[in-house]
Amino acid sequence: MAAQADVGFHARQHARWHAGEIAFWLLALACGFGFPSRYLIMTEIVRLGLFALSIDLILGYAGIVSLGHAAFFGVGAYSAGLLTLHGIVNEPVLALFVAGLAAAALGFATSFLVIRGVDLTRLMVTLGIALLLEALAERFSDITGGTDGLQGIVMHPILGLFAFDLFGKTAFFYSLLVLFLLFLLARRIVHSPFGLSLRAIRNNPLRAAAIGIPVNKRLIAIYTVAAFYAGIAGALYTQTTALASLDVFSFERSADLLLVLILGGAGYLYGGLIGAVVFRILQEWFSTMTPEYWQFWIGLVLVVIVMIGRARLHRWALWAPNRLIGQFGGRKAAIAIPEGEGE
Amino acid sequence: MTIALETIGLEKHFGGLRVTRELSLKIESGARHALIGPNGAGKTTVINQLTGVLRPNAGRILLEGNDITDLPVHKRALRGLSRTFQINQLYADLTPLETIGLAVAERLGRGGDWWRVMGTRDDVNAEIADVLTRFHLLDVMNEPTATLPYGKQRLLEIAVAIAARPRVLLLDEPAAGVPESERHDILGVVAALPRDVTVLLIEHDMDLVFSFADRISVLVNGALLTEGSPEQVAKDPQVKAVYLGEAVDA
Repeated sequence: MAAQADVGFHARQHARWHAGEIAFWLLALACGFGFPSRYLIMTEIVRLGLFALSIDLILGYAGIVSLGHAAFFGVGAYSAGLLTLHGIVNEPVLALFVAGLAAAALGFATSFLVIRGVDLTRLMVTLGIALLLEALAERFSDITGGTDGLQGIVMHPILGLFAFDLFGKTAFFYSLLVLFLLFLLARRIVHSPFGLSLRAIRNNPLRAAAIGIPVNKRLIAIYTVAAFYAGIAGALYTQTTALASLDVFSFERSADLLLVLILGGAGYLYGGLIGAVVFRILQEWFSTMTPEYWQFWIGLVLVVIVMIGRARLHRWALWAPNRLIGQFGGRKAAIAIPEGEGE
Repeated sequence: MTIALETIGLEKHFGGLRVTRELSLKIESGARHALIGPNGAGKTTVINQLTGVLRPNAGRILLEGNDITDLPVHKRALRGLSRTFQINQLYADLTPLETIGLAVAERLGRGGDWWRVMGTRDDVNAEIADVLTRFHLLDVMNEPTATLPYGKQRLLEIAVAIAARPRVLLLDEPAAGVPESERHDILGVVAALPRDVTVLLIEHDMDLVFSFADRISVLVNGALLTEGSPEQVAKDPQVKAVYLGEAVDA
């Protein structure tokens, strides 16, 4: 039946790999070989990208706003640090996974508080949980090292084979690989019926329930998954810097994360990754220009983006290149950036 | 005749206001049953209690003999109670294809599947194609719902409810707000609903009610005023007085 094949084709449309996506990942890999002196900042970008991917899953897809996502980042960071410091789990990949699970457990436990209520309630509850954890980490300084943080973390070689080096090469490729694998998983999830049901819930929870979607159950599930991702990002932080301090829980970390996602655009998975690159580069650039006032310029960029709208900016930025491509490749050849839905 | 949907002594209070009063309804399997009443009679409140959006203060609701009074909305839907809304409740960013696909996936119990990519099951695709064709939505299946003309959105609203393959379908003013030119499509779709689906129609439009329903219940101030065949209800002096008024005399 033609209609059936047609439906199948279009239903799978978004799940197909596009040339732009493959180029994106090849470019990321190429950076690892092209800029050997910039491993530290590139690792930081990868980590931030993974963290932003995490919040994109709940905000961009399920519509859950959070001002306290650092809670999971922090739990992941401290878990990874403590596991290594006390020699409980020495192998980094395993420690990474366990730290992610610890964050996921917290995510599951707090999801019940977060899913009820409206946006404002969610902002306050998530913010509160992060502040609470920060205070707890400070109070139990015998475990966490208090304001000094965890010190003297010695990382073992990854899988017993790849030792962390001084230049951060291992750390970068390790982080990039973790990001890529988790991205693949996220990509799979958002193109599944489960992922589609999240978008349905964000669009209209009333209708979602009326066709039999267990709304709360789905929200709890994705919140837990997102906490796992954030925990992994936090654990990567500890593993690649051999440090975990109280600021992993900080409000700035949660707030910056929202900036990153808004810069890149929510709801198409690449927004967090692109946002992380843009955010970090802008931060570098502005802080060399005006070390004291760089936040002013970040703020300005953000306001401009929100006021003008990302779709229009994309069209402006791509106008010249697309004219050029159009000359050679005909009218249909053009670069388009998939638009996130609703920020 | 078996009873598809039944309410026993349903009561709903908003503060001191009794919006549903000891309402006992019986809707037979396969019936085309209409619930009518003047504005503010509490029709939508009844629908909301039937579907689980509101919990009644007292009374029971039975779906095919099983008590569903305490079930949440989504569980009632999975048991075969489907509805359309008076004001479209659709997913603005999703396409009709995704909207229907999701409804089918949920009914098949595959909605929680997080590993399989949408659109890889031929049987599901066939069913989606069938619903889209029946509701004249195949040509717009890839457009975001928010950009569709109102008539198409209204069709999609009914299509989603049907895609869930309901045993009982609650239609809340299906033709409300549809421009005259697109009305025909909606009425055609409503008339062509499969006979084994029990339909409860909430409607203001008397032409539609009398052409469609084989049984009518009249709701006034939250209580059942009378019930019967369209002829009986049309002749009922009480109904004429409180509700139909001159419309029937004319």
